[in-house]
Amino acid sequence: MFRLIATRVILGLITLLAVCILLFLLIANLGYDAASAVLGQGATPDALVVYRHELGLDRPTYVRLWEWLSNLAHGSLGTSLTNQRDVLTTLTPRLSRSLFLAGFAAFIAVPLAVGLGILAAINEGKWPDRLANIVSLATISLPEFFVGYVLILLLALNLSAYVVQYQWVIDAFGENFKLFTSDAIYSSDMPLLDKLHNVALPAFALTMLVTAHILRTTRSALLSVMSQPYIEMAFLKGLSRARVILVHALPNAAAPIISVIALNLAYLIVGVVVIETVFNYHGVGEFMVDGVGKADAPVVLGCALVFATAFISLNTLADVLAILVNPRLRHPR
Amino acid sequence: MRLFGHRPTVLAWIGILIVSAFIAVAILAPWIAPYSESESVSETWADMSTQYPLGTDNIGRDILSRLIFGARMTIGIALATTLLSFTIGTTLGFAAAAFGRAVDQILSRIVDVVLSVPVLVWALILLQGANGSIVALVLTLAGLDSTRVFRLARAVATNLVAMDFVEVARLRGEGLGWIMFREILPNALPPMITEFGLRFCFNFLFLASLSFLGFGIQPPFADWGSMVRESGGGINQGVVAALWPALAIALMTIGVNLIVDWVLSINARPSGASAEL
Repeated sequence: MFRLIATRVILGLITLLAVCILLFLLIANLGYDAASAVLGQGATPDALVVYRHELGLDRPTYVRLWEWLSNLAHGSLGTSLTNQRDVLTTLTPRLSRSLFLAGFAAFIAVPLAVGLGILAAINEGKWPDRLANIVSLATISLPEFFVGYVLILLLALNLSAYVVQYQWVIDAFGENFKLFTSDAIYSSDMPLLDKLHNVALPAFALTMLVTAHILRTTRSALLSVMSQPYIEMAFLKGLSRARVILVHALPNAAAPIISVIALNLAYLIVGVVVIETVFNYHGVGEFMVDGVGKADAPVVLGCALVFATAFISLNTLADVLAILVNPRLRHPR
Repeated sequence: MRLFGHRPTVLAWIGILIVSAFIAVAILAPWIAPYSESESVSETWADMSTQYPLGTDNIGRDILSRLIFGARMTIGIALATTLLSFTIGTTLGFAAAAFGRAVDQILSRIVDVVLSVPVLVWALILLQGANGSIVALVLTLAGLDSTRVFRLARAVATNLVAMDFVEVARLRGEGLGWIMFREILPNALPPMITEFGLRFCFNFLFLASLSFLGFGIQPPFADWGSMVRESGGGINQGVVAALWPALAIALMTIGVNLIVDWVLSINARPSGASAEL
């Protein structure tokens, strides 16, 4: 089992390295770089040549690749081409913001979704199951920004927008009182409660989207185990449906459930890109979108590296956990 | 009423109704839209009125007209992307299953690498230099999406290749083209059709997200995702202009998902409920 897990981890690291090189080559050879982005469409060819030389973009691709990789090995992501700031120092606080948001959402979503999924499976075909099916189907169909905007309209406008006719409510809370804020402000020195309150709306939006996915997979993973003979045996012994599902079916359905949770956590980290834009939240996603707009290669690469690392490590974690919970995979042939 | 020999459920009918309504709107756009898609007809963010049924957007264009024209753009591009992605993905997937180990290994490893990075990251990087070209947009999205189609097509085809009728066709001396499209394809259709619906939903939402971030369809074309982007700034003042295109995106996806859910339930095997005696 140890060898199996070690293989997965090493495979993940190799993939990450391959992805880094591939991304670098793609960005370097797209024919659109920071020089053309900064100087705009009216730039003369001469000006472009001079500016490229200044930025060091006229050197061969392999030289720049080598420079970037050796920087990476020394723990540096280079400096931004457009504002000369160190990418890593800009990235770190943004990463902690994005992780806080994703972690907050996951903390609510995972237990909620698995619980509701089990509940839906226990009541298969009855009204809780049907309700869960319709609501989750509708939720996975919603674009992230729709959820975000509806939440803002419902919960984050000034109080005076809702209760114009009740003057005493406005007097009591003040004209500009908001239940939640639509500009999700976060800094590391805030008290935890303030952070949670400020990030609540984007976190709710993410929670809704992720919960629906995990719920549906938990339910179908449980139900696919339910057609096996040993489950029929348990029913014939006279056990209740709830007991059969929780004690007999759940352990065998654990592998797909764990892998879908890991995949959805990976989605959370990417899903924050749109949600961060909706709520003006200065996280990694916003940084990447900005960087892509300016064709700022080190910034784009740094952000892409963060996303790729998160994605690959969560996938590897899913593989490893699936091996750990599945008795048949513990002893490879 | 029956469709393909099955009676649609109420939810399936709702889905069919939504999707056909949107498609009709998309086809009839120039005849039913009250204004043009790019002309400013009033002041910024006019309220809903009989003249402008859904109000106007951030530069005074009629939102209803833009929604109607946007249906063409958004649904059309998502459909073109999904069709292209299925053509590429299925052909390569069947080829990987039918041609033997070497081809399979090469294609599968490439797909593994592509899928090990979030698709949004690839799309943002590849569309960087696209400069708003719609052809580049469709090619990029279809190329990225075909990796997922490839995985399914390969898995389905690997099971089919081992069947006797494929072996018979091989012994008969049929070429690989015949085996891929006359033997494997007809038998692989049922799972591929539901997958088509799901991939369409994904591409549709993904395209909307990209346009929302400013990397999808560019102005002056009306497109639901970029409409949300343009009017999104009004939300904090309680202006609901951005909500209409977002709602249209949501409705269309729900419609397709309801149909797919129904098609899936036809093929679904009975679960443990039957063991409950």
